[in-house]
Amino acid sequence: MVQKILVLISGVVFGLGLTISSMTNPAKVIGFLDIFGVWDPSLGFVMGGAILIAAPFLYIFKNKSHLILTSKIELPNKKNVNTSLVLGAITFGIGWGAVGFCPGPAISSIALLNPFSLLFVASMIAGFYISQLINN
Amino acid sequence: MISVDTINFTPFSSLFGGIFIGVAVCIFFISTGRLAGVSGIVNNALTKSHNLFVNSLFLLGLILGPLLFMFFSQNSISFQVTSSIPLIIIGGLLVGIGTKISSGCTSGHGVCGISRFSIRSIVATILFMLAAIITVLVLKLIGIN
Repeated sequence: MVQKILVLISGVVFGLGLTISSMTNPAKVIGFLDIFGVWDPSLGFVMGGAILIAAPFLYIFKNKSHLILTSKIELPNKKNVNTSLVLGAITFGIGWGAVGFCPGPAISSIALLNPFSLLFVASMIAGFYISQLINN
Repeated sequence: MISVDTINFTPFSSLFGGIFIGVAVCIFFISTGRLAGVSGIVNNALTKSHNLFVNSLFLLGLILGPLLFMFFSQNSISFQVTSSIPLIIIGGLLVGIGTKISSGCTSGHGVCGISRFSIRSIVATILFMLAAIITVLVLKLIGIN
């Protein structure tokens, strides 16, 4: 029960963070990516702020399963840079630059019930299934 | 060569929002032992029954965040999409396919992965940032966006 309440809280805090930092506004994100235009560096501060908190925390707690609310820690164990990582990241970047939405802000923006963001989320989910089909 | 947009630049609210995201990653980690990468959580919620309830709770929270912000601040949230409908559909498909193939997005690779000093995530973040910057430039040059 405590775990479930905390997960809900973490989602809310994440959503608040995306809203406070205007990541939920695609035009703001495009402003960051448009470095050859009039550049808005704000998004760098969002990532910086998040890493500033998460990096020391994850470093301290990564091996201390007895200190956390779950018995097992599931961290990604892949180490090598492979073709799927490279191609996937480039594909994602093209989509991100085309609209200004990445998955987190897109999900959060469902709250605004804006038809554009709902269309984006539906297309993104279709993309998940398409790549699953390609894999199988 | 680079000119900074001093009108729209919001260093304080962006840093503050980023700190919230960092705190959220920490809370998610101590409660689940997993990293809060949004594309992975959406994927798992759609395709796996394992952790379905917990994943759905996190996604529900993501949607509640902006609603609580509007409720308590009494402010609306500025929201502007500059892309056409076909571009939104193509962009959404590419974001879905790309994050699935590379196992992460801005939160998974860009925040959680870099926080763990993962080489894979650092490479992924540099690549998707570069690809996005070039895409914005190209779309602007050909007059689409």
